[in-house]
Amino acid sequence: MDDVVRLLQLAINGTAAGCIYGLVALGFVLIYKATEMVNFAQGELMMLGAFFAYTFVSILGMNYWVGFALAIAATAAFGYVLDAVVLRRVIGQPQFAVVMLTLGLAFIFRAVAGGIWGYDAIGFTTPFTNKIANLGGGVVLGQDNVSIIIGTVILCAVLYVFFSRTRLGIAMQASSQNQLAAYYMGIPVRTVFSLIWAISAGVAAVAAVLLVPVSQIDVNMGLIGIKAFAAAVLGGFGSIPGALVGGVIIGIVEQLAGYYLPAGSMELTSNIVLLGVLILRPQGLFGQVIRKRV
Amino acid sequence: MSQLKTSYTQDLRLARRRGDIGWYGLLLAVLLVLPQVAGEFYVGEIAFVFIYSIAGVGLMLLTGYTGLVSLGHAAFLGIGAYANAILLAKGVPFLLSLPLAGLISAFAGVVIGIPTLRMSGLYLAIATLAFGSIVILVGEKWHSLTGGFDGFPVPSPRVFGLLIEGPTAVYYLALAVLVLVLLLAMNILRAPLGRALVAIRDSEISAQSMGINLAFYKTVAFALSAGITGLAGALFGHYVRHLAPDSFGVLLSIQLVTIVFIGGLGSLHGAVFGAAFVAMLPQAIALVRDDLPFGIGRMPGLEPSLFGLILVLVIMFEPHGIYGRWLKLKRWFIAFPMHKRAAFRRQKSYAKSERLR
Repeated sequence: MDDVVRLLQLAINGTAAGCIYGLVALGFVLIYKATEMVNFAQGELMMLGAFFAYTFVSILGMNYWVGFALAIAATAAFGYVLDAVVLRRVIGQPQFAVVMLTLGLAFIFRAVAGGIWGYDAIGFTTPFTNKIANLGGGVVLGQDNVSIIIGTVILCAVLYVFFSRTRLGIAMQASSQNQLAAYYMGIPVRTVFSLIWAISAGVAAVAAVLLVPVSQIDVNMGLIGIKAFAAAVLGGFGSIPGALVGGVIIGIVEQLAGYYLPAGSMELTSNIVLLGVLILRPQGLFGQVIRKRV
Repeated sequence: MSQLKTSYTQDLRLARRRGDIGWYGLLLAVLLVLPQVAGEFYVGEIAFVFIYSIAGVGLMLLTGYTGLVSLGHAAFLGIGAYANAILLAKGVPFLLSLPLAGLISAFAGVVIGIPTLRMSGLYLAIATLAFGSIVILVGEKWHSLTGGFDGFPVPSPRVFGLLIEGPTAVYYLALAVLVLVLLLAMNILRAPLGRALVAIRDSEISAQSMGINLAFYKTVAFALSAGITGLAGALFGHYVRHLAPDSFGVLLSIQLVTIVFIGGLGSLHGAVFGAAFVAMLPQAIALVRDDLPFGIGRMPGLEPSLFGLILVLVIMFEPHGIYGRWLKLKRWFIAFPMHKRAAFRRQKSYAKSERLR
């Protein structure tokens, strides 16, 4: 009985952590699907979102929910400007030039955030901090973890409705499928791309705010991006549900490895899963294999 | 006008122009005399530039000429450094341990190269990133071999009775290896192997249809690149004297890629220019640190952020790097006063889809 409860708790904790990975991975995938760029600064966007939330809630003393919304809006606006000013200029350069560009941006963000908010880990209280949800049967969970899972589900529902029901969402799908055709249909593709960057930054901010109750904010929290990468690859880079499922799998495997395997293996897990997937099934769980015709 | 070519053999020569041998000979002579004139600090700094240049040439073969991006090259540098140091500690003579370090590194390159053959571009970058962090973690945990966090002292070997210790010795050693590596790279690039690598970079599909065995050449590229980087790692070990696994992390990998990007992809000059830039930047920052306004100089994250900023600016405004800029400058003087701005105007480029549907 104890074992089952322990396993269940590990699974739920892992799911919560995995949801965060999944959300960051979702940001990667959204941008990749639309623009074929890979944003290595996605984790840093999350870090910025966390610091925005900290500024609004803790420094300016706003209500948690207002601060939450403002942080998402601010990060999204930042994402829009980032694409409009920087990324749009490198269209047509090889893919790894963009990889290096975003890596460079990540360093800049980290230094700027360190300059503004300092290098110490900070946190702030949320409505979910240190509260306990009793699910019965001896399964006790922090509300923080539950809030992460519920928040992720809500966000996914909102994104799903947005992409399948709204005009803008469908325009985004169209431009990611075929840029040229989208142009001909009168879709302002460049603006749409910037908006996708905004959404992706906004999703990162949501992940950041959801993460606050369980983990402190610091300049290097963007390194979570590497685990999110594993999640995105596991899901088959380019599949939105795949990113989330991949994130949850990575989260659970990591928790189990941390509990059953010797110390130090937890840090290795995501990298080993990543390499394993790339070697055995490079198209990921949800990807398709397509061969180029000459 | 020296840039007109009249026969194909001109393209195949080691020295493309008549003046080249003289100028590079002069450069080599100056570099050979330099330690007698310059202070020890500067000799050490230039030795460091040489070491980075060797690693830069290694990565240039992979990234600049074969089009495969590796974000885990610091791992090969680390493997080379540890292999050399451990072999020396076991009593293997230096003249054997240095090439062995390169070989062991090259073997590691094959190990990571073969499973990643099917990947390209982005996936390869991610896979090498993961490989890099796994190697670092193994280095930290395998205490009996690497000493873990305590580090590993690098023994000072003797070569022909001369003790390899201190900046001047490392300087000459690194210079010799750099010259050899550059000659090797130049010869590879004018041989069928190099042409095959460049063909793979420009289009895998067309290279394959010309009968180039992708798997074989990519593995060779990985092995060569990792081996040369391993040699740089061995010298790096003698430069820093004390190895610690975490100094070969992602940050160093990114610095190495920065070398080839800032220097200019697809040119050996670029590898050296980029290495000079990346190796000198921290010293340059240290020099002006106190003179900067608003206390910017004392900002903790200054160095990585400056790296980031320069990388961003180079990719946005000068994708051909320092070497590209240098070529433009040279052309300007050659064509003077008939220089036309339009000669180097960037062509309008469009997003090239790597999607297959």
